[in-house]
Order: sequence, then C-alpha cells, then structure tokens
Amino acid sequence: MSESYNVSASPHVRSAVSTSKIMFFVTVSLLPACGYGIYQFGFNAALLVAVCIASCVIFELLFELIIKKRPTISDLSAVVTGLLLALNLPCDATWWMGIIGSAFAIIVVKMLFGGLGQNFMNPALAGRCFLMICFTARMTSFSFDGVTCATPLYTIREGGYVQLTDMFLGRIPGTIGEVSTLALLIGAAFLIITGVIDFRIPCAYLVSFVIFMGLFAGHGWDITYLAAQLCGGGLMLGAFFMATDYVTSPITRTGRIIFGICCGLLTGLFRVFSSSAEGVSYAIIISNLLVPLIERMTLPKCFGKGGEI
Amino acid sequence: MSGLTFKGGIHTYEGKELTKDKKITDLQPVSPELVYPLSQHIGAPAVPVVNVGDRVLRAQMIADANGFVSSPIYSAVSGTVKAIENRRNVQGVMTMSIVIENDELYEEAPGIPVRPINEMTKEEVIEIIRRAGIIGMGGAGFPTHVKLSPKNPGKIHFVIANCAECEPYLTSDYRRMIEEPEKLVAGLKIILCLFEHAKGILAVEDNKPDCIRILKDLCIDEPRISVKVLKTKYPQGSERQLIYATTGRAINSSMLPADAGCIVNNVDTIVAIYHAVIEGRPLMERIVTVTGDAVRYPQNFRVYTGTNYNDLIEAAGGFKSPPGKIISGGPMMGFALFDTNVPVTKSSSAVTAFLKDPVSENPPGACINCGRCVEACPSRLLPSKLADIAEHYDEDRFTKMNGLECVECGCCSYICPARRHLTQEIKMMRQSVLAKRKKK
Repeated sequence: MSESYNVSASPHVRSAVSTSKIMFFVTVSLLPACGYGIYQFGFNAALLVAVCIASCVIFELLFELIIKKRPTISDLSAVVTGLLLALNLPCDATWWMGIIGSAFAIIVVKMLFGGLGQNFMNPALAGRCFLMICFTARMTSFSFDGVTCATPLYTIREGGYVQLTDMFLGRIPGTIGEVSTLALLIGAAFLIITGVIDFRIPCAYLVSFVIFMGLFAGHGWDITYLAAQLCGGGLMLGAFFMATDYVTSPITRTGRIIFGICCGLLTGLFRVFSSSAEGVSYAIIISNLLVPLIERMTLPKCFGKGGEI
Repeated sequence: MSGLTFKGGIHTYEGKELTKDKKITDLQPVSPELVYPLSQHIGAPAVPVVNVGDRVLRAQMIADANGFVSSPIYSAVSGTVKAIENRRNVQGVMTMSIVIENDELYEEAPGIPVRPINEMTKEEVIEIIRRAGIIGMGGAGFPTHVKLSPKNPGKIHFVIANCAECEPYLTSDYRRMIEEPEKLVAGLKIILCLFEHAKGILAVEDNKPDCIRILKDLCIDEPRISVKVLKTKYPQGSERQLIYATTGRAINSSMLPADAGCIVNNVDTIVAIYHAVIEGRPLMERIVTVTGDAVRYPQNFRVYTGTNYNDLIEAAGGFKSPPGKIISGGPMMGFALFDTNVPVTKSSSAVTAFLKDPVSENPPGACINCGRCVEACPSRLLPSKLADIAEHYDEDRFTKMNGLECVECGCCSYICPARRHLTQEIKMMRQSVLAKRKKK
C-alpha cells in the first residue's frame, strides 16, 4: 500500500467566513458608536467599555476552565457581548456594575445554558435588564455635560421640546452607545453591506414600530414626533445590533420578519403604555423567547414541493 | 448576461483557470495492471464473462449487465485476465474487480454492430447504448439506457444536455465542448430521435462564453436544439436545479426527471452515446482533469478506464510537495482518497490534490443560528436543524422536516461559519433512513 492521506466526507473546501470573523465584523461595526460615546462621555465611558469586555472574556474563560471545557474565547463572541453591554450602560454606571452585568450575561444567560449558540435570550440585554432591576436609580440617571437631566424620550413623553439634529448626531443624554443615531447607522450600513446581518429584522422592527406609534401614541403621524421616537433611546442600537443577534433570532426568512414585527410592537407598547419611557431591551428579550415558536411556525417549503419559487 | 438560475446555492473559488486552457492529451496506461470494479454504476454489479487466464482484446466485454438496472464493462486494453478479486475503489472500499495485465499491443475486438441511425428502430438504439455500457458519467453513474426508457416516451418534452460543470476545478466537460462540440450536438440529436416531442437544450453556465458561442453557431440550423445560458453558481448542474432553471419545472425526491417530462445527461455521457451509436465503440475511455494546487502540471487527460490514478498523477508531473488531501472528483462532491492506488472508472471525472486540507484545519464549533446554510440550501431545507436531528437520530422529525429531499450538494458545510459537518450528518442520516425503507 502506498501513502495514506487525510480523508473526510465532502465537501473538501470551506468558505472564508468563520464565526470569529463575523464577531470581529460586529465589533468593528460598533466602533463608531463606541468611539462617539467615549468622546462625549469621557473617561468613565472608556473604563466601562474596557471593564465589560475584559470581564465577559474572563468569566467565559474561567467558567470553561472550571467545567473543563475547551476554551472558546477565540470566537470573540464574549467580546461582542461585553461591548454591547457597555454600550447599554449609562455613563454614570460604576465599574463594578459592569462586572456584575457581565457575570450575569456570560455565566447565567450564556454559559449555564450551554455556551455560544444555546442562550435563549441576548446575553448583553439580559445583563442590562438585570442591572436595571438591581440598581434602578443608577441605571436610569443620565447626565450630559456633567449635569443630570432627562433623556429626550422622557422629555417628549412629558410634552417637552427636543432638538432633532442633536438627537441624530448624539448631543443628548443616554447610554454610552445609543446616543448617536448617525454613528449607529454607519455601523449598521457596514453590517448590511458585508452581509453579516439580514435587513429583514431591523426593517420589520422599525416599520412596525413607526406604525404602532402613529396609531396609538396620540400624536398621529407627526413626523417630528416619530423621528424623535426613532432616534431616541436604544431603538437604533437594538434594531440593528441586538435584535439581529443570530442565536436569539429566527433562522427562517419569514420568521425574521415576524420576529422584527414582534419587537416593534412590544417596543411601541412599552414606550406608550408603561411607566418608563424606554422599552427596547424588554421588547427584544421577550421576543427572543418567542423565537422557537416562530421558527416552528415558519418552516419553509422545500424544493419540488412549492419552495422553489 | 443574467442567466437562468434557482434559489440558494453558493459561489466558490472556481479554480478552473488551472486547466481550462490545457488541451486534452491522450494518456496510455503505464502501470501493467488495469482494474475494473464490477460495480461502477447504480444497480446490480456486472457479472464477469471472462475467466482468470483468458486473453482479452481491447473493446471486449469482460463483464455483462446483471438485469435491467445494470451495465456491462469493457476492457480498454488487450492482455490477460490476471485475477478476479477484491481491489480498493475510489471510495476506499474493497470491491470485486477484474484485473487485466496489459500486453501493450492494444489489439482491438470488433465493435458493436451498428447501422445508420435512420435505419434503426428506437429499441435498437437504446440496446446499443445499453450494450456499450454507458452510464451517467457526471458522477452518479445511473445506467443511461434506463434513463432513456421512461414509461411514456411521448411525454418527454425536454432533453437537457448538462453542460453546466458547476463543480469547482473541473474542466473536462469544458474541454470537450471546445474540442469536440460537434460530437456533443450529434449525440444530443441521437437522443432527440428517441423522443419525437422533445426539444433539446444545451445548458451552459455563463462562465464559459466561448462554449456558448461555439454551441450556438453549431445549432443555428437545428430547430429542435437551443442553447440556454445559466448563471454561474454551484450546484447549477444538479439535476433538479438544472431542470428548474431551464424549464421552470420542479421535481422532488419522489419523482424522476421523466415525471416532469425531462431527461438530463451530462456532456461526457452524450459524447459516449455518439461514439456507441455512430461508431459502435463501447465505453472504455473518458476525460479526467488532474488539478489542484499540489499538482505540478495540472491538465486534462483522455484515459482508459481501469488506469491507475498514480499513472494520472505521474503524467501531470507528480506533486509539488506532499499534498494535504487528494480527492477523486471535485472539491464539493468528490471522495477523499487515503490511497491513490485505485482505478479510473466510468464516473471518475477528476483527481484534485490540495496542499492544505481546510476540513481538518478547521474543527467544528457551535452553531450560531446565522442562517447561512438556510440561504444556501438549493433544496430549501434547514440544514442546521436537520443536522441536530440527525445527531439525535430522530427519524420522524427528520422525515417531517424533509431531510430526505437533501441532494447532498455540500453547500451547507461549505458556507457554515462554525465549520459544522452539516452535509455529512444529513447524508448519513438520510442514507440510513433510505436503507431502512428498502429493507422493509
């Protein structure tokens, strides 16, 4: 017998896109928003970003070492979770809040359910909601230029006046990553162009949200009001970067549209009828829970049985 | 040019430039032994009609078909039957084979008796094709005479020549179309004689504009034949996808192409039909591309069936440096070889050797539910879910989620960012379910 060579089942070639590359692209796409947040909110914002990323990665590594699993931090998913969590914190949050949020996100939501791919809700959002419940006051106090003040969403809820250009550019109080709609849209465009995210979820999300607000918010189809609602709060960050999280969104095309609509309607519901002015985080994590059901409902037809068209 | 296409599929690195411009060269076997596995086709293995020690001639039948879905085998050289024993085939399995010792005289037996095509009945033509041992040479190896004998020949509307050659790196069909296009058209005309209501379609991917031009020129005066341009995408040459792209008809796993009024044959098969029906030559040679970044001089060869793969690799200058993986066929659907001491069969289309093996270099990770496999699946399935189900061997759910509709094209494994072996899992489950059904 001659030499022996490697064998495996076909196919014998693989595309260049890997999990870590996708996570790297997501990280890059968040840099404009992150950079703007640090520019506006200063040192504490930078500290929070660093603390969240580092603690997410360390918690994942420690957990895997303790349960003797192969370390998976090189897939960069923990980096993305840490970064998203930091972008969802107000700049006045303390560094230890970042650690607590990261611990909840990585250990409870992600690793205890089996690690990457098994979590049933977005870890970063779950971490943020956990902190909201534990430290409500600190998590809802936003400062701008060193002065604590109301977010634009709260202002318009109370009937006040907001400056749309400031909201679009980010000269407003809010969490570190959500303030600049422009920076978020640059990152979102990058993700859509590189094919990392599917436009279906954000489109369905934003369209259904606008329709809901137009019908039920009591301001009718007032363009300024609707634009302020779109630019305000975590909507853009949520629609483009967190609702589109692969693991916690449906795998089917129609499922993604339904999922986007669920997020949009729930966000509208919370913003109009709940006691808080914001509702993106809760809307997304509740919709995350519906994903298995949505997937089951939207099984595609296969080729030769109507699915070819 | 926007060509005809289907939903799903992938765009891989094509790698065809390695051998695209290399003329087909004739290669005579160097190894003294030629090996003919009795099972080179789908269906019952052929039965030897020679004994050990017999002298055989070139173009002499050495094994006959065993039943309708089976195909005879011919020796491509003259020599002595050395053994009838188990030898390794390209799948790595030991299989009963006839071994012939080449005497290098190439003394030829008389061919199959033929008459001018317009003097023969349809049954006679199909019988010649059967006797010539022609099978689907694109890889599946389904006996061609069975394909050409549908229940209702009058209801065949399209005879499609599969000139897509969507498998990366392969250029054997391309070279055939450049060098012997008239044989392809003539062969298609022979098949059209069998089905008077059918139109002939030459389906070519748009990455072969020269072939499209040549075939269009040849078919100018052929009212029954048209050239259709397909979008370059893998797996455009898959039977179901090809039928859909060219005719808009869709079939599933429980149907045959003939149920949609179609018959599909690949380029080499149609040329073999030409050789058999016009010249009386049985199937004993084919075009094989030897390619890949590990091969010193990649090229296309016309080789005798039974030739050792090592002869092919030697003729292409051997390897630049030790390859990481050697594949019989192309990178998407071919078989990885652990031993190159195997024979060329009727359905060997290529030998592809890569310096690196991306499969062993990228261990599988966790599914992130990204949906790329769903987008890529030409059968419109949910490969990641089917692979999960296959891991748990849940037969009911596998069938319910249409796992049996998988065409095993490999798109899902190719595209998966977590490098999961999706195709492999689904394929194994599918084949086990089908085998179980057969037993019942």
